[in-house]
Amino acid sequence: MNHNYQKDISGCGLTGLINKKKTRVSGDAIARSLCLMNERGNGLGAGYAAYGIYPEFADFYAFHIMYDDPSVRFGAEDFLKHNFHVEKTEEIPTSPVAAIPISPLLVRYFVSPNKDKLSSIEGEEDFVVNTVMKINSEMDGVYVFSSGKNMGAFKGVGNPAEIAEFYRIEEYEGYIWTAHTRFPTNTPGWWGGAHPFTLLDWSIVHNGEISSYGINKRYLEMFGYKLMLLTDTEVVTYILDLLVRKHGLDIQTACTTLAAPFWKDIDELDEDRRELLTALRMTYGSALLNGPFSLLFGHSNGLVGINDRIKLRPLVAATKDDFVYMASEESAIREICPSPDKVWAPRAGDPVIVNLEAD
Amino acid sequence: MHVIQGKGLHFKDLNAQIRAALADGQKEITLKDVNGQYYIGDGLREKATINIEGVPGNDMAAFMDGPTLVINGNAQDNIANTMNSGKIIIHGNAGDVLGYGMRGGKLHILGDVGYRVGIHMKGLNKQIPCIIAGGNAGDFFGEYLAGGVLILLGLDAKEGESIVGDYIATGMHGGRIFIRGEIEQKYCGKEVGIFETDEDDMKTLKRYLTEYCADFKLDLDEVLSKKFSKLVPVSSRPYGQLYAY
Repeated sequence: MNHNYQKDISGCGLTGLINKKKTRVSGDAIARSLCLMNERGNGLGAGYAAYGIYPEFADFYAFHIMYDDPSVRFGAEDFLKHNFHVEKTEEIPTSPVAAIPISPLLVRYFVSPNKDKLSSIEGEEDFVVNTVMKINSEMDGVYVFSSGKNMGAFKGVGNPAEIAEFYRIEEYEGYIWTAHTRFPTNTPGWWGGAHPFTLLDWSIVHNGEISSYGINKRYLEMFGYKLMLLTDTEVVTYILDLLVRKHGLDIQTACTTLAAPFWKDIDELDEDRRELLTALRMTYGSALLNGPFSLLFGHSNGLVGINDRIKLRPLVAATKDDFVYMASEESAIREICPSPDKVWAPRAGDPVIVNLEAD
Repeated sequence: MHVIQGKGLHFKDLNAQIRAALADGQKEITLKDVNGQYYIGDGLREKATINIEGVPGNDMAAFMDGPTLVINGNAQDNIANTMNSGKIIIHGNAGDVLGYGMRGGKLHILGDVGYRVGIHMKGLNKQIPCIIAGGNAGDFFGEYLAGGVLILLGLDAKEGESIVGDYIATGMHGGRIFIRGEIEQKYCGKEVGIFETDEDDMKTLKRYLTEYCADFKLDLDEVLSKKFSKLVPVSSRPYGQLYAY
């Protein structure tokens, strides 16, 4: 497949919602919200991620895999069958869309790792991560673009309405949704480069440019992550996996690492806080995200929105009853929530962290 | 009064209808159910009033040269880019990068504003742009300010709350900024000094704020009851030596 699409000027738009009580809503709402910001993208990538969509397979990792060519499917499936119990295999349902004449072959698998394949030091999630890295880096034309439980990403080259129609997004019901329309600037607009970027239950949509990509990439490679998707946003997904899942940081602290306060502001803090932030910046200097960004990330327990430290990209948040919305533009929220209880613009580097309420 | 229904309309069609109405000689236009349409008011030169119901999209009033826009709620980013004359009244909050390179006219906002408000605004002789925000502002307020007047009121601020962010007036080399209440030098750019207002400043403030308070039915005396801090550049040519040898 040709990944060398034409380069164009900047943009990107993102939107997300969460129902704190786990009430599931159809993908129709998030698609309408995203389509309102059509002007922010250029048709070279759009995508959606949803949590709570596979309740009947909630205990299995849902692998969404794109194959550049049907012929590469069998090697990947042999590898999967050798390492996982495959509960179910099916092509991801799609509808024909005139603007998307060609697409990769898209198949999903509900799997659980074979116990005898797990090593004594490696947990199930590490095994899944290693599998994703191995497939994406070693199998030509095969990309795992979603690998979490009871969640999934749906993305490709097209505008928001086309991709929603193609994947029949309105047929899914989830309690967390994120969505993205892309305006690729520095990297190709290809199916694997559309957002969200996911790993396990992490899904990231991003507007901006991670200028620290090179430093972040080399740092992540030391921990075994392989960056194969040709797009800066990929690093955010793996940094979160490393900081939160592997190193046990809480979400707030992980956000402070991604968008660390400036040294001059750290100097003003009381001693405890100053020591903590100094230690974080020194330990995780290579995980700091530099450059302009606003991003949303979903995970199995919530939704988070965060800006870069000097707010070089927009982000608006709103609440209505049990719903929290975040988007690049207020109008994208009002399109699906005309009278929010509260609307605000989060401050630079200050994350909006929303968790699902305990069952 | 001419009414345009904006619901579901693409910005091209909405703006085409506005231009057609103006060409028709309409002086009072109301846009209903606007949500997110970009570029409203851009480049318009007619003396007319456009009322907007809903949230207008980004890049509103760019290069605008004459009309009055009244927004009955919140507005988004990049308003009044290089605006030359006319007026914008926003009965809500507005976003980032307001009045970029603005060179004339007035932008009155009742509520909060975002980051980089008044960035590189400029003014000369009688062509003095003015932005007044009634709420709080984010970082980089008045960045690279070259001319015009920026006023921040923080009317709903709690006691002791800072009404403006960091990096105030970084790179400022012209114009005047008035902030209601105290600000600290450490949050300001190195190019500016903080001064008390003098008689001339108060005359200027009173003139601008009389009109502002009339727009939003606010009590002028109450607005003026608190001291203002004035920010002006302390070097008029900070980069004068940059390429000198």
